[in-house]
Amino acid sequence: MEERRPILQMRHIHKQFPGVKALSDVQFRLFPGEVHALMGENGAGKSTLIKVLTGVYSIDRGEVELEQKRIVIQGPQDAQAAGISTVYQEVNLCPNLSVAENIFIGREPMRFGRIQWKKLNAAAAKLLEERMHLKIDVTQPLHVYPIAIQQLVAIARALNISAKVLILDEPTSSLDRGEVRQLFDVMNKLKSEGLAILFVTHFLNQVYEISDRITILRGGEFVGEYAASALPRIELVSKMIGKELKLLEELPKQPAAAEKKESGILMEAKSLGKRGAIEPFDLSIRQGEIVGLAGLLGSGRTEAARLLFGADAPDQGSLVIGRGGSAQTPRRAIDNGIAFCSEDRKGEGIIDDLTIRENIVLALQASQGWFRSISRKRQTEIAGQFIEALNINPPNPDQLIKNLSGGNQQKVLLARWLLTDPKLLILDEPTRGIDIGAKAEIQKLVMSLSQKGVSVLFISSELEEVLRVSDRIVVLRDRRKVKELQGDEMSEQSVMKAIAGGGEG
Amino acid sequence: MKHHLFWPVTLLALLLLFNLLYDPSFFSIKIRDGRLYGSLIDILNFGAPLMLVAIGMTLVIATKGIDLSVGSIVAITGAMACMTISKGTDQNSLGLVAMAVIMALGLSLLLGLWNGFLVAGIGIQPIIATLILMVAGRGIAQLITNGQIITLNSGNYKYIGAGDLFRLPFSIFIVAVVFGAAVLLTRRTAIGMFIESVGNKPVASRLAGIRAKSVMIAAYLFCGLCAGIAGLILSSNVSSADGNNAGLWYELDAILAVVIGGTSLNGGRFYLAGTVIGALIIQTLTTTIYVINVSPEITLVVKAFVVLVVCLIQSESFRQAIVSRWKTRRYPAEKETTRHA
Repeated sequence: MEERRPILQMRHIHKQFPGVKALSDVQFRLFPGEVHALMGENGAGKSTLIKVLTGVYSIDRGEVELEQKRIVIQGPQDAQAAGISTVYQEVNLCPNLSVAENIFIGREPMRFGRIQWKKLNAAAAKLLEERMHLKIDVTQPLHVYPIAIQQLVAIARALNISAKVLILDEPTSSLDRGEVRQLFDVMNKLKSEGLAILFVTHFLNQVYEISDRITILRGGEFVGEYAASALPRIELVSKMIGKELKLLEELPKQPAAAEKKESGILMEAKSLGKRGAIEPFDLSIRQGEIVGLAGLLGSGRTEAARLLFGADAPDQGSLVIGRGGSAQTPRRAIDNGIAFCSEDRKGEGIIDDLTIRENIVLALQASQGWFRSISRKRQTEIAGQFIEALNINPPNPDQLIKNLSGGNQQKVLLARWLLTDPKLLILDEPTRGIDIGAKAEIQKLVMSLSQKGVSVLFISSELEEVLRVSDRIVVLRDRRKVKELQGDEMSEQSVMKAIAGGGEG
Repeated sequence: MKHHLFWPVTLLALLLLFNLLYDPSFFSIKIRDGRLYGSLIDILNFGAPLMLVAIGMTLVIATKGIDLSVGSIVAITGAMACMTISKGTDQNSLGLVAMAVIMALGLSLLLGLWNGFLVAGIGIQPIIATLILMVAGRGIAQLITNGQIITLNSGNYKYIGAGDLFRLPFSIFIVAVVFGAAVLLTRRTAIGMFIESVGNKPVASRLAGIRAKSVMIAAYLFCGLCAGIAGLILSSNVSSADGNNAGLWYELDAILAVVIGGTSLNGGRFYLAGTVIGALIIQTLTTTIYVINVSPEITLVVKAFVVLVVCLIQSESFRQAIVSRWKTRRYPAEKETTRHA
């Protein structure tokens, strides 16, 4: 009987929000020395379960046991004291403090009431190097480093609080391949040291690569717990979605690539560049063409897109849209038919305080100016149309957007731009952190837009996705455009080769 | 969820109720010389400048800004108007008064533009940018009046702040018009949505194509204009301009009124009607303190205490804390059982 005992056990967890049953009779267990993946679509209750575990929410009913002892977690402090540490999807550190301060905040080595800076910095540097294989200047403020590094720092911080249970909530969504590898090495090491890791991700590959066990939630309910090796991929997906899966069937490969070669050039950038962001590049996009922008994190994808939209000012080169249009500011770019969905949905996309309706009409209203206002009735009509067309949930135009799940927020942002009737839609990581169903919907939407003559610049870290939707793929590496691939040249291998950049510099 | 005006209105009602119990004559309104008199009318009349300043302040705060210079603008516009009139040969001439009003309001727009330029154009933090004019403004007012307190003898000018229309003080109508204009401008056009958007998420708003700078400048312009009108009312009411004391501490009362009205200092959603009620709460409080004969040395302490209570009652987390305390005190066992159920 004395086989392995779970270090953490949750039974019959119930949690209700006004109008929503977030968790209903959910159970979960976690053994020491395992990586346990928590899977489910958006709104399945993964985040809620994690927030219950970390003390952000309190449960209505149910019990939590840690090392066979019943515990009541009433706040993040309780969770930490019990040995449950969390790294959230969005890095939750202080960007204006140094890396070392971030790691030791609240636990600085003190002497006579003074912080011992030397000791602090040395300890932080040692911790990062030994456990994360990361060699950086820990005295620099955190915000000078890319998100990927910040994420690793966040994990280092969580580890340093003597943790028994480590929760990683979508830690890989902003990491590139090498960094994911690095993270998995760290996870494997921690696992062998007996740490229990709860891992949440949307990437199926990663689930199978690293996890020992999988728990699936759907619509706030417990579906089942499985050993990863005994659960085929298709079964996992169909359990998550709750029906036989047809969504990810091979979407028809764009047939019209040849036709599009004939259509006119919509936008042309000539040696457009900005020092420190992206080296000068040429890029022309035809009407109705879908151009994929591939490259690792930090390769300059977002930076290039921001130049095309006028969000940042280039310091050299030229950009012409249509016949002589320009994009010096976002306002100008929008007037010339460009739309840009930023990868930073929270910071640069949604307006939290406004409703779904207001968020949708915002860009169109901005084009119309202050006084030609769209009537309330018309706004509700428009919102209703998009809610139906894009399947936005909840279907209530007057719901505040901050209450929506990530995928639905993304759909609202897409609606905002579709409403402006753009000629070129720049999508920066439109499917990051959203569930498979919504992902497929967005990919289909992109293709149907292109058939209507809208050009799309599609940026994504998921190679598979870029390959599926694009007519042409531009590859960036180290802030430089290194290759353009089209037609038969486009394959996973060729793109990967260009990204990795074998022989050439 | 309760309506956003629930707490401001309740608090105002409580204050009035207190007055009713303390002195029933508080609510009596008499007609004398063809005009209505009474404490309630006084509150509306004396509260007019504060309501105006607070309405302007609401829009600035909604853009995530703040305007500390409104008190100084009140002093400057009063000085400007009085100076212009005092230079004329016939102080009562309608043309002269009209010119004085136009010059004063023009100046207030200019000052608002200055604030907007510092905040949106140069990018100085609002609290510092408007502090500049707050400090310098008193000096400017002194410059205009040559350091003197100017007194006027102009019936037409006096009408703005002390005249009456349909038996009510004229200033009440000014407030009504400005309030109506502000509501129309923000809710019937897209400006209100832009202000909320810019105040809530400046970067996202810019990427959505909103000209964030223009929106912010417009808010400071309007705030300057509101303060300018308040300055006219105040100086007209006493027929004089005092660069040192006119509008003193108005910025703080105005900010307080905005907050009591439900608009967050973090910007975003704003509530003009809430602000007006907030200003009325403050004015009622001031009047009440006079009525109940608090000795003048400690009036500010009493005011501060009531303001503290008002703010606490408005805070949702404070109310929840009190309620849950109350419940556990009465039924200590209940909480235990629910937790383990």
